[in-house]
Amino acid sequence: MSISWPDDIFTELQAARIRQVAYVPDAGHSQLLQRCHADPGMHAVSLTSEEEGVAMLAGAWLGGDRGVLLLQSSGVGNCINMLALNQECRIPLLALVTMRGEWGEFNPWQVPMGQATEPSLAAAGVHVYRAETADTVAETVRAAAMLAFHSYRAVAVLIAQRVIGTKRFEK
Amino acid sequence: MSEHPAASALDRRAVTARLLRDRGDALVVAGLGGPAYDVTAAGDTPLNFYLWGAMGGAAMMGLGLARAQPRRRVVVITGDGEMLMGLGSLATIGADAPGNLALVVLDNEHYGETGMQLAHTGRGVDLAGIARAAGFADAAAVRTAAELEAIARRLCTAPGPLFAAVKISAETPPMRLPPRDGTYLRSRFREALLGSEAHR
Repeated sequence: MSISWPDDIFTELQAARIRQVAYVPDAGHSQLLQRCHADPGMHAVSLTSEEEGVAMLAGAWLGGDRGVLLLQSSGVGNCINMLALNQECRIPLLALVTMRGEWGEFNPWQVPMGQATEPSLAAAGVHVYRAETADTVAETVRAAAMLAFHSYRAVAVLIAQRVIGTKRFEK
Repeated sequence: MSEHPAASALDRRAVTARLLRDRGDALVVAGLGGPAYDVTAAGDTPLNFYLWGAMGGAAMMGLGLARAQPRRRVVVITGDGEMLMGLGSLATIGADAPGNLALVVLDNEHYGETGMQLAHTGRGVDLAGIARAAGFADAAAVRTAAELEAIARRLCTAPGPLFAAVKISAETPPMRLPPRDGTYLRSRFREALLGSEAHR
């Protein structure tokens, strides 16, 4: 079943002239990833670990391309040292983080990094926005892209687990 | 004489100067530590971007830059310790297969910046073999002047992604420090590459 907020994000990414998409596969971003891969104007790259995307998109911006990093909250922990690039060089970063370890989480191993996501990003100099409801995702992504690319800042949008839906393990 | 066993007799400054001699309009990313000093010694230009941190990120910066500038050659020059920290990026680059990216590891088999501790490359880990297995179109281990000459000729012309692990001597030449201010480095790079578009 198709849901609308991933398509809303895709529309915002197109409007923001995003050309490179770096991601570690995530269920919450699966619909958006399909849209990005299908767009001939975007180059989507699957990563082995999220910090690769921080570096890749810094290189992209040096070369004149805007990019977006799509990741899950657990992947934020992998990015911390690489974010020095963005803070020291004032290189824009737009990261869209699907949250785990909060609303109705079944897997306790997701909870530690889920709790640490926002303070870790803030400590690394990243501006953090949260989208708590499906109908505010698009405007939040739009504002984050503006701050990132017009004000040369690293910005993360945390998409609440309540928006994505709790992962079901009983099949 | 160095107290550390030499990976080869090749001098890192001479290697870097030869590799970049015919760079033309190539864009260069230099990994932190020795390779940044070597690239500086070979000739500072706005189209060099030097890292002073972000260890493990040099190769991936090269990938993003290569995809943004498909008509330019992008050359990443980094050290074996830096490459080992970003080993997964060899898989990512092998899978994405950018034709205009060349990745050179100056491999002295040690961590030169922190007291010359032995690296895995000095324990038998073969970076060129890993790159080849990850799908690089061209992956060479370089130990001699003749092999260096061959890779230098391919560096900016052969279809990529190209990888070369150049075994170098463990001698440490005098530091040649590039600018450290990240905002300066990124602004001069973008302005030289993009002109007024850099400020839009």
